[in-house]
Amino acid sequence: MLNAIWETEGLQTVGIVVLVFASIKLLHLLGLISFSEDSVEDELELSAVRHRPEGLEQLEAQTRFSRKELQILYRGFKNECPSGVVNEETFKDIYSQFFPQGDASTYAHFLFNAFDTDHNGSVSFEDFVMGLSILLRGTIQEKLNWAFNLYDINKDGYITKEEMLDIMKAIYDMMGKCTYPVLKEETPRQHVEVFFQKMDKNKDGVVTIDEFIDCCQNDENIMRSMHLFENVL
Amino acid sequence: MASGVAAWLPFARAAAIGWMPVANCPMPIAPRDNSKRQDELIILNVSGRRFQTWRTTLDRYPDTLLGSSEKDFFYNEESKEYFFDRDPDAFRSILNFYRTGKLHYPRHECISAYDEELTFFGIIPEIIGDCCYEEYKDRKRENLERLQDDQEENKDQKLPNMNFRETMWRAFENPHTSTMALVFYYVTGFFIAISVITNVVETVPCGSTANQKDMPCGERYTVAFFCMDTACVMIFTVEYLLRLFAAPSRYRFMRSVMSIIDVVAILPYYIGLVMTNNEDVSGAFVTLRVFRVFRIFKFSRHSQGLRILGYTLKSCASELGFLLFSLTMAIIIFATVMFYAEKGSSSSKFTSIPASFWYTIVTMTTLGYGDMVPKTIAGKIFGSICSLSGVLVIALPVPVIVSNFSRIYHQNQRADKRRAQKKARLARIRISKSSSANAFIQSKRNGLLNELLELTDEQKLAKSISLLESQHHHLLQCLEKTTAHEFVDEQVYEQNCLERALQTYASRSPSISSHDSSEGTCCGRRGKRNTPLPNASLPSSHQGPLQELSAIHIQCGDPPSRTASRSNLNLKTDNSGRINCKGGRITTAIISLPTPPALTPDGDGLHGPPQRSIQTTASSACTNIVKVSAL
Repeated sequence: MLNAIWETEGLQTVGIVVLVFASIKLLHLLGLISFSEDSVEDELELSAVRHRPEGLEQLEAQTRFSRKELQILYRGFKNECPSGVVNEETFKDIYSQFFPQGDASTYAHFLFNAFDTDHNGSVSFEDFVMGLSILLRGTIQEKLNWAFNLYDINKDGYITKEEMLDIMKAIYDMMGKCTYPVLKEETPRQHVEVFFQKMDKNKDGVVTIDEFIDCCQNDENIMRSMHLFENVL
Repeated sequence: MASGVAAWLPFARAAAIGWMPVANCPMPIAPRDNSKRQDELIILNVSGRRFQTWRTTLDRYPDTLLGSSEKDFFYNEESKEYFFDRDPDAFRSILNFYRTGKLHYPRHECISAYDEELTFFGIIPEIIGDCCYEEYKDRKRENLERLQDDQEENKDQKLPNMNFRETMWRAFENPHTSTMALVFYYVTGFFIAISVITNVVETVPCGSTANQKDMPCGERYTVAFFCMDTACVMIFTVEYLLRLFAAPSRYRFMRSVMSIIDVVAILPYYIGLVMTNNEDVSGAFVTLRVFRVFRIFKFSRHSQGLRILGYTLKSCASELGFLLFSLTMAIIIFATVMFYAEKGSSSSKFTSIPASFWYTIVTMTTLGYGDMVPKTIAGKIFGSICSLSGVLVIALPVPVIVSNFSRIYHQNQRADKRRAQKKARLARIRISKSSSANAFIQSKRNGLLNELLELTDEQKLAKSISLLESQHHHLLQCLEKTTAHEFVDEQVYEQNCLERALQTYASRSPSISSHDSSEGTCCGRRGKRNTPLPNASLPSSHQGPLQELSAIHIQCGDPPSRTASRSNLNLKTDNSGRINCKGGRITTAIISLPTPPALTPDGDGLHGPPQRSIQTTASSACTNIVKVSAL
């Protein structure tokens, strides 16, 4: 008699176990539960973003580069990024290779935002070439405008001290640790103070584009250095 | 529109004449083809190998590089051909795609190289033909698995600005990141083990007291076991709730396998608390006890081997399913046969077909317990056929499972090896990085030499610095000027730190020298050369007319650059050449004065008066005096 009781209990157990597994399988089928931790298959479906630039003639018209220069630029660009667009990670990698001693990723982030004029998260060849055209062949006004745009992180038309501090820290980060004299904590801040003293004419705590351009145009050293990279290409 | 039908379009348009008599409305104007180009041969020069094809062949796929105007970027006017600096072998299959409309994957090609070529030419890999698609996908999956291992290691990187929640999640996922995580890991492992052992020991018969028969320990020490169980479940509940809180995507976490196992492990306890000891559901109560053993699966978080096994089973799910299905089929067939064969014999154990299932399973898996044996001749014949076929059926899917397991296991071993080699790899990468940084510092000194000796342009060119390097060095110099700090070697940096800890005055007194380190016309500082300044340093070399630059480099132990300034060779090398330095180079620590910056407007007043620079005087035996006199 005892055996009979044990038998039925055991069968009940079996029944319940089967029920539980069946319900788990059902939930899995319904997609509520996923059994694969890392979806390797999904990664394969991510097709890379591909981008083709506008025609050579159009780019020639829009920028100040000659046909040959555009060709050279495009070949280099496409070699580095076969898919035709640079995303931020790749950009940071590329830029960091030039500054082995420090950490160039923060500054590369700001630079990326300055090049990515339509803010879609990737720099296409057009963005790249437009930026370069301003920087290498533009007028002083355009170059200063570009620099202002770089410093103005939130693109609201004013450079605040916080934004300038971020940029300054990013630049000092690129120097790395082994510098002479040794970098102190307050060096970027002091640098920012000096900058604001020079630029902020009306002492309202922000630098507008006009103050910036005015001040830079009056500074002979800055003017001279703006012509520095004209023969890059 | 697919390419193949493009050739038939003129035919379809011509055949549209057939609609004209029937149409009621006037037809729209046909588009004119303004570019009346004759079909011409295009030459594609891929790294020297010339391919020729018709222009219309390439125009078949206008959304790829070759089919669109993007190839104009690669047009070479002089030779009237399109030049691509890519692999010519891989290009063959790409050009064949245009010709035949089918993309094939050459098996000898590396998968990532092929992928890059496809991306470069703007072709999506999904259109690889059926003949090669399987191979392509398999290779890609393998490669991805391999790369994923690498990425998982990189997940250890501590991101800046991680809030508490992210830190906790990282600690949970990877116990080696912090001590707290390790402690937590071991504590949970310990409690899982305790819980499982408790479940096991509960059923062991403890010593019997005089009046009762052997009782299992669980019934004897009910309270103790209950307390232990409660403690374990508390820990597991807390762990689950913490994980739930820290998970970046709670929905995804709740759907994952490990969280289901966690829930299944702790739920029976709570259900048991709620349920009373009702007779009707006693079966369910027993089941709950069974489920407690699932806690052992929580070990899979702690053990890599278990995870491999689980992954193998999952990837062989279809083979296992086939095995199960074919076995079931065979069992049913043979059980039926055995039942009817043994029906005749008296006192046969084969009372029903389900009863014969047991015999069939035991025989097919070659266990052969012997509790049920056929007695009739027909039964014995069928029994032997059953055991032979059992061997075959089981042997078929097993090699597939084994090969899958072997592949995954080897991959894991490779990952472990790579992890072990990672340190060496990182060290090598760091060395190469520092060598490139040192190259810059080195070239700065060489640059000084150039100025000093006033090399002519040809001689300058004869130096091994390439244009690229010199441009890179110029960029670094501009950064130096912007921040008014200089790049120095690691050793010098450490010396400086040491010095500053020791003293701050001795470095000022001996000499002041200012130096203009620019070798080029960075910021146009050439004009500074003419300010004379005396300088002296401890192995005091007095230079009278300071129109020359004296740069002293003492290098110990490094073969590459044993340069010494020509004008000071006699002074320096004898007494200071053989210093026991720590085995590195002594570099000149130069301070360049904050001249107006390259890119960012900088304040002049930041670094005090010009014409002042500090030299480093190191008093420790390992260093030498570095001084630069500049003009």
